[in-house]
Amino acid sequence: MSEFSDLYQDLILDHQKNPRNFGELAGANHHADGYNPLCGDKIALDLKVNGQGVIEDVKFKGSGCAISKASASMMTVALKGKKTAEVEKMFTQFHDMVMGKEGAPMSDLGKLKVFAGVRDYPARVKCASLAWHTLEAALHDQKEVVSTESGEES
Amino acid sequence: MKTKTKPPKPIRLLNGRQGRATTSDIAKIRKDFPILKEKVHGKPLVYLDNAATTQKPLSVIEALDRYYRKYNSNIHRGLHLLSEKATEAYEASRVKAQKFLNAADSREIIFTRGATEGINLVAQTWGRQNVKSGDEVLVTHMEHHSNIVPWQMLCEEKGATLKVAPISDAGELVMEEFYKLLTAKTKILAVTHVSNALGTVNDIEEIVKVAHVCGAKVLVDGAQSIPHMAVNVQGMDCDFLVFSGHKIYGPTGIGVLYGKYALLDSMPPYQGGGDMISSVTFEKTLYKKPPHKFEAGTPHIAGVIGLGAALDYVSQIGLGNIAAHEHDLLVYGTKILKEIPGLTLVGTAAHKAGVLSFTLEDIHPHDIGTILDRQGIAIRAGHHCAQPVMDRFQIPATARASLALYNTREEIDVLAKAIHKVLEVFK
Repeated sequence: MSEFSDLYQDLILDHQKNPRNFGELAGANHHADGYNPLCGDKIALDLKVNGQGVIEDVKFKGSGCAISKASASMMTVALKGKKTAEVEKMFTQFHDMVMGKEGAPMSDLGKLKVFAGVRDYPARVKCASLAWHTLEAALHDQKEVVSTESGEES
Repeated sequence: MKTKTKPPKPIRLLNGRQGRATTSDIAKIRKDFPILKEKVHGKPLVYLDNAATTQKPLSVIEALDRYYRKYNSNIHRGLHLLSEKATEAYEASRVKAQKFLNAADSREIIFTRGATEGINLVAQTWGRQNVKSGDEVLVTHMEHHSNIVPWQMLCEEKGATLKVAPISDAGELVMEEFYKLLTAKTKILAVTHVSNALGTVNDIEEIVKVAHVCGAKVLVDGAQSIPHMAVNVQGMDCDFLVFSGHKIYGPTGIGVLYGKYALLDSMPPYQGGGDMISSVTFEKTLYKKPPHKFEAGTPHIAGVIGLGAALDYVSQIGLGNIAAHEHDLLVYGTKILKEIPGLTLVGTAAHKAGVLSFTLEDIHPHDIGTILDRQGIAIRAGHHCAQPVMDRFQIPATARASLALYNTREEIDVLAKAIHKVLEVFK
């Protein structure tokens, strides 16, 4: 079993079993939907961002594999109280980490570093990053559903 | 070019014996497939994704290699020796495909890029010529996207209606409902012989009989049946049948459309270009007769030759033997998988071909796929290009193990063990 623990870490399994911040957010002022047509992973993300650009609250709903669910759950935990500018930095670091970019900084990721193992599973990178792409879309008020298959890999 | 209608060739049994293939029979067959010696993540490859594509025997790989090394040339045009050789090999594959399907005439065999292109060809030529506003096209709920979308496009263009025959919880066509949907309005019925997601085998002979009574034409998607059972297009009396070479141990990018000659002759061309014309002026172009009318441009010559080698390979082993071996694996696999707690088989038709589609508790099939992959096992996880089937069973996806002639009971055991590992990770 240990041979899979680089990907399926206890923290990831815990979040997929008991996703945090799961549901719809009353009073949300940003929303986006994400879809991974390869796996059928779906996510709906609600955000409440205040006048100072701070994420006050965030919730998600959806269905998908363990990696996508845990990634969404852990992302929501990490986002609360962060400024949108900080979030952009986290997005870049998370993206570089799961893509296996050499020497990329991970200083702002905290517990999200648990997803570093994804880099050895190229087929699963999109599962891990779907929530983050959906977050980007929500912050930029993109209307169309984010799809992992719409263009370049992300 | 006409050949007499005759029943399919009697099957040559393995080493002249009757009954189940032995371990040594399969060991011999496995030696024909170089890839089966490969390791994946340091583990011996257990290839159970055959409904997606099959592996290639050495005879196919060598046929491609020989063509490119010894007689690569364009067909139907050169007056030189290499072109003659290439043309001969290309046309010999057409006769092989004709015999393989027991078609009446080799002119009824059209080479396409695959099953998908074959269906699109029929929809865009016969379909556009014959389907009018108010007409109906009938498909079933178990079709692959390739046998849905081309018909949807046609119906949209023509103002026709796409009707869908329902399936039961076991994944079988609900025949009473199916018969009700076949009416005088039905112009064509597009139906799969074997479901890629569920393994269900449809009774095509019966279906064709009823459709013809209603005046509907029938296109059979043979992509998943051709590699696993003897298919006799004259016996079925279907109007069209398509299959893909890569699912029957041949190269990718090549497939066959079978059509009754009179129908093919009445259809407009699919694509215009070289090789499909008999004369061209700016005022008027005259087309060739089938099959060349439908083979515009330089085709996938190597692919056609490789497909011929694949059909030879399968014929040599005998589809009866292949079907018997795969049935044995299916029965064994069904029994073994059913014993795994939390595992649900999706697709439990009485008549099934080698597909074991399943869900495991609420573990997503992609997580199953990843963990199996790390143990050297290749399966498909996803919707199998059959989203309506997934919707029918209210699941996002399944994990699917699909069988071929080189699989063994031991590989099923490895699969079962690996599924237990999945349960351990998610316990």
